[in-house]
Amino acid sequence: MFQYAMRRILISVPILLVVLTLVFVVVRVLPGDPAVAALGDQASKEAVDALRAKMGLNDPLWLQYLKFLGSLCRGDLGTSIISGFPVAAQIASVVPFTLELTFLAVFLGYLFGIPLGISAAVRRNSFVDYFNRVFSLLGLSVPAFYLGILLILVFSVKLRIFPVVGGGEFWDLEDNLTHVALPALALGMMMTAYVTRMTRSSILDIMREDYVRTAHSKGLSDRKILYKHVLRNALIPIVALGGLYVVVLIGSSVMVEIVFSRPGLGKLLVGAIKQRDYTTLQSVMVFYAFLVVAFNLITELAYGLVDPRIKYN
Amino acid sequence: MWLAFLRNRTAIAGAAIAVLIFMTAIFAPWIAPYDPLDQDPIFRLEPGNQEHWLGTDDFGRDVLSRLIWGSRISLVIGFASVLIGMIAGTALGMIAGYYRGRVETLIMRGIDVVMSFPDLILAVAITAALGATLVNLVITLGIVMTPGFARMAHSALLSMREREFVLAAQSIGARDRRIIFKHIFPNIFGELLVAATLWVGVAIRLEANLAFIGLGVQPPTPTWGNMIREGVDVLINAPGISVYSGLCILVTILAFNMLGDGVRDMVDPRLRGI
Repeated sequence: MFQYAMRRILISVPILLVVLTLVFVVVRVLPGDPAVAALGDQASKEAVDALRAKMGLNDPLWLQYLKFLGSLCRGDLGTSIISGFPVAAQIASVVPFTLELTFLAVFLGYLFGIPLGISAAVRRNSFVDYFNRVFSLLGLSVPAFYLGILLILVFSVKLRIFPVVGGGEFWDLEDNLTHVALPALALGMMMTAYVTRMTRSSILDIMREDYVRTAHSKGLSDRKILYKHVLRNALIPIVALGGLYVVVLIGSSVMVEIVFSRPGLGKLLVGAIKQRDYTTLQSVMVFYAFLVVAFNLITELAYGLVDPRIKYN
Repeated sequence: MWLAFLRNRTAIAGAAIAVLIFMTAIFAPWIAPYDPLDQDPIFRLEPGNQEHWLGTDDFGRDVLSRLIWGSRISLVIGFASVLIGMIAGTALGMIAGYYRGRVETLIMRGIDVVMSFPDLILAVAITAALGATLVNLVITLGIVMTPGFARMAHSALLSMREREFVLAAQSIGARDRRIIFKHIFPNIFGELLVAATLWVGVAIRLEANLAFIGLGVQPPTPTWGNMIREGVDVLINAPGISVYSGLCILVTILAFNMLGDGVRDMVDPRLRGI
């Protein structure tokens, strides 16, 4: 197990390295001169040239690339050319907001999705099942940012229960939760739909297994079979795949953060693109890729941990 | 096979809605009551009435007409990008799966790298680099769709190439090309088609996301994503603009999801009813 984990981590390293290179290239082909973007259109040519030299933009590309990798290795993500703050500090200040939103959405998904999926599978083709199918189809189809707008309209504008925008004070529990409730609901909807579907089909699959028939034939009650034999096996992959859901939701959280004007990686990213803030942009993209690679790794290891049939070789 | 599809009411409903949206897009110039770009500064943010069924936006443009024209962008981008992704991805995945060795490592590791970015982040970065025009958006989303198809074609092909009928074809001396196109491709096409149907919905959602951020086809072109964004600025006074255009996106994605589920049941009977 340990060996396997180490090997998976080692495989991730070259992937991350190529990711870094890709980000470097993409950011360099972006149109517009970052020095002009930082100083504004009215800046004199001398000032722009001086800033370009200071930012290292006049260096040959390979030197810029090595400097980029070198400073990343030291954990230095550079300084934002627009705001003048260190990018690492900016990212660190918003990451808790993004992770809180994502994890809460995943949690909501499990909280509602698993019971819904179970009830649908147990009463197959009943009204409950039918309702669940419509619900999960809708949940998979509605874009999270649109759901966010609808929630704002109903709960913030009409009913005035929740604040409209912002992230609140992170460490003030009440303030934090009232600000995260609607965004988490908007993001959690998709997750709930996924989990409902997965739970239902997973349970139906297991119910066809021989050992379930054996359990029936030795006279166990349906209830006992469901809880002792079916659920345990059916829920393993669903829970173990939680890391993959986190990856999907981290991508979707960008939109939710923008709709609710909530601080987070997504807002940082879009702001950086609009202002042509290269240093922030490349660091945020690298950070996203890092999160995805990390959660994929965690998922793989978690899956191996709960399912002993997977061999490590 | 087709019978299974016709018996599936959800799929039929999905197909019907999709056809309806197609018709709307094709015949937009004849259906739309007004020119979608015609501004009327006197009647701004009108609520729905006899002349403008769904009201007017901040520039006094007819919301219904803009919604009708907006369907074109969503469908064109949805279909074109999935088609590009499907062709490029299938080709890459099949090349990797058939030739194995270094080619496979190179292609599949490249796919891993692209997949290390959440799809929206990737789309945002490429669009920002290329510039937001219709053609560039199709290319961008095509690139975003490619890895999924490549992985799918790759794994489907790996399971196919060990099968007896492929071995048999090889043993009677069939060429690689013939084996790939005549024997393997028809067997994995069904799976790819299901994914394509479902991913049209994904592409439409990504386009709407980009437009909402401001990286879609640029205004004043009416697209549903653009309209949601413009509507958010006047959400309190005229919530209809955002709500209606979002509803169009929702219904379109829903239609393709329903259709995709139906096609999956049709292609893969084992999953029927799940």
